[in-house]
Amino acid sequence: MSSPDNGAAPRRRLSPRRRAQRIRAVQYAVLIAVIGAAVLFADWSQVGRTFFDPGLMRDTVAHGLWRALWNTLVYTAGGFVIGLVAGTLLALMRLSDVAPYRWLATIYIEFFRGLPALVVFMAFSLLPLAFPGLAMPWPPYGTVWAALGIVGSAYMAETIRAGIQAVPRGQIEAARSLGMTSGQAMWQVTLPQAFRIMIPPLTNELIMLIKDSSLVFIVGLSAANFDLTKFGRAAANSNVNITPLVVAGLGYLIITLPLSIIVRRMEASASKGR
Amino acid sequence: MAASDALVEIRGLNKYFGANHVLRDIDFSVARGEVVCVIGPSGSGKSTLLRCINLLEQPQGGTVVVNGEDLTDPDCDIDAARRHIGMVFQQFNLFPHHSALDNCVLALMTVLKKKRPEAERIARGNLERVGLAEKMDAYPGRLSGGQQQRVAIARALSMGPDLMLFDEPTSALDPELVGEVLAVMRRLAGEGMTMIVVTHEIAFAREVADRVVFMDGGGIVEQGKPSQLLSDPREPRTRDFLKRVLKPAESED
Ligand SMILES: Nc1ncnc2c1ncn2[C@@H]1O[C@H](COP(=O)(O)OP(=O)(O)OP(=O)(O)O)[C@@H](O)[C@H]1O
Ligand SMILES: [Mg+2]
Repeated sequence: MSSPDNGAAPRRRLSPRRRAQRIRAVQYAVLIAVIGAAVLFADWSQVGRTFFDPGLMRDTVAHGLWRALWNTLVYTAGGFVIGLVAGTLLALMRLSDVAPYRWLATIYIEFFRGLPALVVFMAFSLLPLAFPGLAMPWPPYGTVWAALGIVGSAYMAETIRAGIQAVPRGQIEAARSLGMTSGQAMWQVTLPQAFRIMIPPLTNELIMLIKDSSLVFIVGLSAANFDLTKFGRAAANSNVNITPLVVAGLGYLIITLPLSIIVRRMEASASKGR
Repeated sequence: MAASDALVEIRGLNKYFGANHVLRDIDFSVARGEVVCVIGPSGSGKSTLLRCINLLEQPQGGTVVVNGEDLTDPDCDIDAARRHIGMVFQQFNLFPHHSALDNCVLALMTVLKKKRPEAERIARGNLERVGLAEKMDAYPGRLSGGQQQRVAIARALSMGPDLMLFDEPTSALDPELVGEVLAVMRRLAGEGMTMIVVTHEIAFAREVADRVVFMDGGGIVEQGKPSQLLSDPREPRTRDFLKRVLKPAESED
């Protein structure tokens, strides 16, 4: 750094630690400036009234929040189960020795991963146009579950495939050398280990599905079937106030935060153990 | 040895990995109760030969007859045949999500359809046989390498095999743990188990083997009694190899 024969070094460079100190100081300065501006320029009482009206909050919680929360849970759970089963099947197809199965699975996965979930929901709600007389069972659940399941399965298939491939080859060889069939080796040895690897990413996909379940409004719902978002929006519109939407948003956090914490824990223990 | 005695009978075995001709026209047989040690340099095809015996590798030519059954015949039920061929791997390959006991129990229940109590009785017996009565409930991650390899041996023995295949069972072990695994294998050989052991433990081969096979370049170069082959090899390639293995510090490459 201070080599004398290096002619093009007129200015002394800061040491790396000094430089890091300065960068940190700048970051704090920017943060303080932003907070200061927000405090000075926002109309806080107005913000409080439109976002956090206490009376309206109590009202929202009392009139249907729990029902909506429950509906969101039911929509997501059904979609997740269908997605998991279909995703496992797709993952096995992608790993199949039969090339056409691999192709089909790849096409399906790439297609539905590339498509916005919104489009899938729209297509599902219009399905009776193409197939008159077609009725999904248990309206509106059948339609919602199928749509969420299709979206979820495309993502989960890739997670499951990666999990299966992360199990060392020696495990399958050991199982086969004991006389297990390839199916027995898959179910008894590979999948139990693969699912352990997959739990954190699958939980992340569950969280994504919870958010995607807000698209159920496209299907057309009666009030009793409102999910959190639709419920919050309806209440927000009729009160001309954003507070019900904020409450609905907190409803999502009630579901997703514990899941996030669980994933965090599992990832931490996974990087510690083994 | 008489043909009726042969438990393993390999004729004209050829195996390719792509263009790589890994096993070249191997003829090889093992008599019931015989202990054969296979030695040879890295890449000579020892593991591949062993893995062709239970068809973990599919050979491109030749026949592999075990217990009178031609495993290379497409009509052969390979899963059924493998029940009687135990295999022990260099990397143990224990099931990490099962305890030592359940590692042994799993195939007894899923493959041999034993009820849990009987499967556990058999598994316990075999874990005791390898000196692990104390560790039955331990998971593989909690066991030393030597203990893991002994569980792997017990797991293979639980199926009641006629033949045991060992692929460098002590190569992944710390030196002080090699002895306990070799002791188990020595005892097994003494009990009359038919064994094919790929190994670099020349002292073990000298003491336990009935026959030593030296492989190089995908073929069997020389075989014979350990006292003859290991002390007074006929082939120069065998002599070179043994010199390098027995006195690694003095060899120049
Ligand atoms: N799955 C595989 N795919 C491609 N080539 C392979 C595979 N397994 C082994 N080979 C090749 O086959 C040859 C023989 O390998 P093999 O593992 O049988 O040797 P080895 O005698 O057991 O050697 P080592 O002492 O190192 O275990 C090597 O050239 C190796 O690169
Ligand atoms: Mg090998």
